[in-house]
Amino acid sequence: MLSQESLQQIDREIAKYPPGKKQSAIMSALRVAQQEKGWLPREIIEFVAGYLDVPPIAAWEVASFYGMYDLTYVGRHKITVCTNLPCALSGGVHAAEYLKKKLGIDFNETTPDGNFTLKEGECMGACGDAPVLLHNNHHMCSHMTTEKIDQMLADLEKQ
Amino acid sequence: MSEHRLILAGLDGDRTWRLQDYVARGGYEAFRKILAEKTPSDTIIAELKASNLRGRGGAGFPTGLKWSFMPRSFPGDKYLACNSDEGEPGTFKDRDILRHNPHTVIEGMLIAAYATGCTRGYNYIHGEIFEVYRRFEEALDEARAAGFLGQNILGSEFSFELFAHHGYGAYICGEETALLESMEGKKGQPRFKPPFPASYGLYGKPTTVNNTETFASVPFIMKMGGEAFMNLGKPGNGGTKIFSVSGHVCRPGNYEINLGTPFSDLLAMAGGMRGGRKLKAVIPGGSSAPVVPADIMMDCTMDFDSISRAGSMLGSGAVIVMDETTCMVWALERLSRFYHEESCGQCTPCREGTGWLYRVVHRIEHGAGRPEDLDLLLSVAENISGRTICALGDAAAGPVQSFVKHFADEFGYHIENKKCLVLPAVQDAGSQIYVSQSC
Amino acid sequence: MLDIEIDGKAVQVPVGSTVMDAATLAGIYIPHFCYHKKLSIAASCRMCLVQVEKAPKPLPACATPVTNGMKVWTRSKAAVQAQKGVMEFLLINHPLDCPVCDQGGECQLQDLSVGYGGSCARYQEKKRVFVNKNFGPLIASEASRCINCTRCVRFTAEIGGEMELGQAFRGDHAEIMTFLGRAVDSELSGNVIDLCPVGALTSKPFRYSARTWELSRRSSISPHDSLGTNLIVQTKNDVVKRVLPLNNDNLNECWLADRDRFSYEALTSEQRLVSPMMRNGEGWHAESWQIALAHVSSALCAIVSEQGGQALGALASPHSTVEELYLLQKLTRGLGSENIDFRLRRHDFRGDAVRSGIPWLGMTVADVHGLNAILVIGSFLRKDAPLLAQKVRHSALRHGLEVCTVGPNAEDWRMPMATRALVAPSGMVDTLAAIAAALAEKTGKALSDTLAARVPTTVSDDARAIAKSLADGEKTAVWLGNLAEQHPRAAELHLWAQEIARLSGASFGFIGEAANSVGGYFAGAVPREKGLDARAMIESPRHAYLLLGAEPDLDFADGAAAVDAMNRARLVVAISAFDSPVLRQVADVLLPLAPFTETPGTFVNCIGDVQSFEASTHSRGEARPGWKILRVLGNLLELPGFEQDNIEAVRDEALTGNSSCYARLNNAIGDVPVAEPPAARANVFQRVADVPVYFTDPLVRRAASLQKTADAAPPVARMPSATMAALGVQPAASRVRVRGRTGESVELRVEADENLALGCIRIAAAHASTVALGPLHGELSAERL
Repeated sequence: MLSQESLQQIDREIAKYPPGKKQSAIMSALRVAQQEKGWLPREIIEFVAGYLDVPPIAAWEVASFYGMYDLTYVGRHKITVCTNLPCALSGGVHAAEYLKKKLGIDFNETTPDGNFTLKEGECMGACGDAPVLLHNNHHMCSHMTTEKIDQMLADLEKQ
Repeated sequence: MSEHRLILAGLDGDRTWRLQDYVARGGYEAFRKILAEKTPSDTIIAELKASNLRGRGGAGFPTGLKWSFMPRSFPGDKYLACNSDEGEPGTFKDRDILRHNPHTVIEGMLIAAYATGCTRGYNYIHGEIFEVYRRFEEALDEARAAGFLGQNILGSEFSFELFAHHGYGAYICGEETALLESMEGKKGQPRFKPPFPASYGLYGKPTTVNNTETFASVPFIMKMGGEAFMNLGKPGNGGTKIFSVSGHVCRPGNYEINLGTPFSDLLAMAGGMRGGRKLKAVIPGGSSAPVVPADIMMDCTMDFDSISRAGSMLGSGAVIVMDETTCMVWALERLSRFYHEESCGQCTPCREGTGWLYRVVHRIEHGAGRPEDLDLLLSVAENISGRTICALGDAAAGPVQSFVKHFADEFGYHIENKKCLVLPAVQDAGSQIYVSQSC
Repeated sequence: MLDIEIDGKAVQVPVGSTVMDAATLAGIYIPHFCYHKKLSIAASCRMCLVQVEKAPKPLPACATPVTNGMKVWTRSKAAVQAQKGVMEFLLINHPLDCPVCDQGGECQLQDLSVGYGGSCARYQEKKRVFVNKNFGPLIASEASRCINCTRCVRFTAEIGGEMELGQAFRGDHAEIMTFLGRAVDSELSGNVIDLCPVGALTSKPFRYSARTWELSRRSSISPHDSLGTNLIVQTKNDVVKRVLPLNNDNLNECWLADRDRFSYEALTSEQRLVSPMMRNGEGWHAESWQIALAHVSSALCAIVSEQGGQALGALASPHSTVEELYLLQKLTRGLGSENIDFRLRRHDFRGDAVRSGIPWLGMTVADVHGLNAILVIGSFLRKDAPLLAQKVRHSALRHGLEVCTVGPNAEDWRMPMATRALVAPSGMVDTLAAIAAALAEKTGKALSDTLAARVPTTVSDDARAIAKSLADGEKTAVWLGNLAEQHPRAAELHLWAQEIARLSGASFGFIGEAANSVGGYFAGAVPREKGLDARAMIESPRHAYLLLGAEPDLDFADGAAAVDAMNRARLVVAISAFDSPVLRQVADVLLPLAPFTETPGTFVNCIGDVQSFEASTHSRGEARPGWKILRVLGNLLELPGFEQDNIEAVRDEALTGNSSCYARLNNAIGDVPVAEPPAARANVFQRVADVPVYFTDPLVRRAASLQKTADAAPPVARMPSATMAALGVQPAASRVRVRGRTGESVELRVEADENLALGCIRIAAAHASTVALGPLHGELSAERL
């Protein structure tokens, strides 16, 4: 179900917690699984649950509770834009609108080529760097002017 | 007045976060001294109490007092948790602390663990800042390699293991009991208190939870002495505090200043108002804090007491600055959307009420307001306030109450005329993509 | 004790009480939804907010600990304002579908909204809608009605033992679901219907069939397992519509097993026998009671006068009432036969000669709470006795009870287990002996003289661990389960359990297979000297059989042999609630029996509680209460002592001398010689036969909805994967041909089961597809198909 490398990463996370507290590693394990698969199909969630001796529904609760897990398919590049008030005061909404126009999709949509998915995110804790967006959950892009957005999209297309 | 950098001091090189740079700045001296002198925990806690350090996460609870709640002779494990789940709109200080000075947090946690008898700790890091999480893990590796973490630290009898736990996108986990639930691998739904974490925390064991900045302040307090730290700020508001300034200023960013510094000074440090426009209102303590109109704000000093007298709260020190181009209905709509999205769904008033608030504010913003809506908003907000397990309900209600209170005319205009008092073109110009010169 | 004043009323409560506890004590009702006395505290619905002196905001009564001198107001302006506020929030997204909601009339939200709700809605936005879920054949979901109290979620995790339901998503998107829309498989699942304070979870079999105010209520006793679960049977127009729990803190608390809750569906099954039937050559015809009974009477007389009384055998279901069993044994003995038994799935009756009294649990059910360790020998506890298992689970989860087992099965009991000695049936006696030896060593007490010589030379680690659990625990118990009772060396298991209990200071006893496993002894429905027991009556076929409430193919230790014996008999009279092809094959007369809802009666449960009940409805068709059928038959046979006018007279007679029933309960057993098990042979496996929870008795076997659950899936051949490999069967959907000793073979699907002792194949009994395999415990050969 998951690669050896992912399983090793999960094992490293499990080792952080006291014996018998494997469940604590579930968030990391789901993150690792999502990084490998791109999103979290149900059978992967069940696999992770089994790996950590957690009832599948408990894993599902976690996966559905935290906003960064993708329970449906997302494109190769998921771009999450913060539009909360502090970011919005410095162009967060404009950046989102620009991305929508540029990609021809709305929030929660994926481009037909499967390259990009656009999401509206919650506060990323980087309001001073607005506009802020997140690429595939783990890479934060700060001060995203339209030029920088163009550059980023061009770079990602090439990947 | 100008900045007074302790935690953010000396952060100008590319590799400043590294252990060797931290040590070069005097890092780990306080902790080494405690180990060498076998300082009793009471002495450490007394020093902390003398410093008047109040929690930097938002609630402002006295840190020394919190540490003293930990049971002394508990037979099993005790845990220490650092709350770096910084997700309150406007707040972005912990991210900078962790990426520029992670070792001061580690040292602060070591001292806390020593003082409270904890053997294991976790730093819960906000989901969206994965790169910072990775960096903190690297810092932990450095500290482990240098013998600052692990068994019998630096040859002493003191042992402490510290790990990073990564969140994945839930504002509520910044609430300390939700954070503990999340760390146990569950949904981050806050626990009813009592029992408090000091008696029933992580895995049901005594646990102390402090904010990143709180821990980061501890080594400096130990080095300079509690009283000296307190004297940096106003009486009862000890020390320096990092303020995250965002919104319509020229240089958004983090500014570490002595508590009690006038707001006008802080605004000046942040480069003043963007485009020389007029200040309209400030949210002085993160999005949960009530909004304060410009004239009141300009008379405030940045400390717990002054902001509280202005009818708001210092909270996490997130200063959201709004100028005259801001439509207050639109601003509230952004905030209410956030709380609606982030309610954990546990308590009825918050689960149902945040959605109600958002839908009504959204309606008003989009020209479908009704005359009775303002009374309705206030009534719904009142029914949420103080009726939930955690403070998220209050946090969602607070902005609604304060925006409607201070800007009733603007809301009224919106409802009556189905459009903004501030012209859309003006709003648009005011909130264009803006990147300060300093970047 | 703490002093607290609630609404001006002073009460004293123990330290650790909540305001809710104190209010209950003071007789003050505080509105609530998420709070439930048997579940953990969520404090999330916020309906129970009350005003507390000095508290700046209202506090939830369910979670606020009482402090000394506390003053609380539950009806003050501040409290009511908070409660009304919460009620408004609960209602904004709740559908206004009370007229079509099954919960109508018994809905907490509906009731409380009368007191706390507004008369018109201030919420003018769109209401939230959720898609309904499929939780299986028993629980209906109306997701939009859910108020997220999470009682059901907490129930599955805390009482059911495994989290099957969860509250997924967050904020006002939060909804209750199972993983991937799976069914809720717990054998206790129906309780979430009772727990749900609104109409989000309702009973699938019951819904749309009646309104609560149309139902008449009768208290009753479950006819299924040995716990004696207390029931409320609800009827409309003389038809049972629903069964709910009747709270009994010493037995079932407020819970029901699904078997107790949903078996009523069989009462209206098309297979109900509603008229006496007589064989007519190859065919059958309905007959009047008068003629049918006259025929039975004369046929019995004829056989008895020709062949003697011992030609007659009477075999009764252990689910029969005390009164029925009593009159049946009286009638049998009146005809000069000692051949009477109700222990139909038993094989080893050697214990009868040496037991001191009536076997029972050996302790009260309530005392499970205080146990430190328990050894359960040969049991499918979770499915055999779901609510007894729940008691054990509760203690294991909450109080650290160490649960140990010995047996060929180690399936998931949904509770923490200390040690499970996985051993084939043939090795169970030795394992118990090893535990006894380890105990003797550990405690320094000597083994009894007769047993010392039988101790095996090696003692396994499991046996030592079990001995340690029992020796270290202050309060401990040893239970023998159904598999142990049905075991070919049951008497020896009994003997060793006694020894283990003696050495460890544990109590010991039997879980009991059925509702009247203890009551049958009280009724005297067991053979005395020279009488034949259930097994002997089959192995030495009788000329005539009286069959009460039992199906020969499904309710016997060896169904194939039972059918065979009865086929050869001259006369088989079956008193049965149901018709069946097998009954028609073996019987000559079928007499329609009133099941437990249609007759008064008495069950004596595993702890010796005598629990009588009244009929909840009239009998269906021509069916008649068993005691009446037997009494009339006694009269027709002109036997003395069948003059009882009413059931109380029968009951008094049956339980005469049992004024202190408890005094006759005694598990002590004398010595039983060793019966060597057959030597292991290559390619011969030992059968492990469970009686699945919904196959146990004629009633539940016909309960339509229960038969759609996972627990009612047709039997498969379960075996360890090592055995599968040895047989060369591939895991996926492969089939094997399994043959019992008698040579009849059946074909079954194979399933890997690592929780099974090596050398065993587990194949469920009490199902038509496995009858041909013969005895529950027997040798099997298997080959790949």
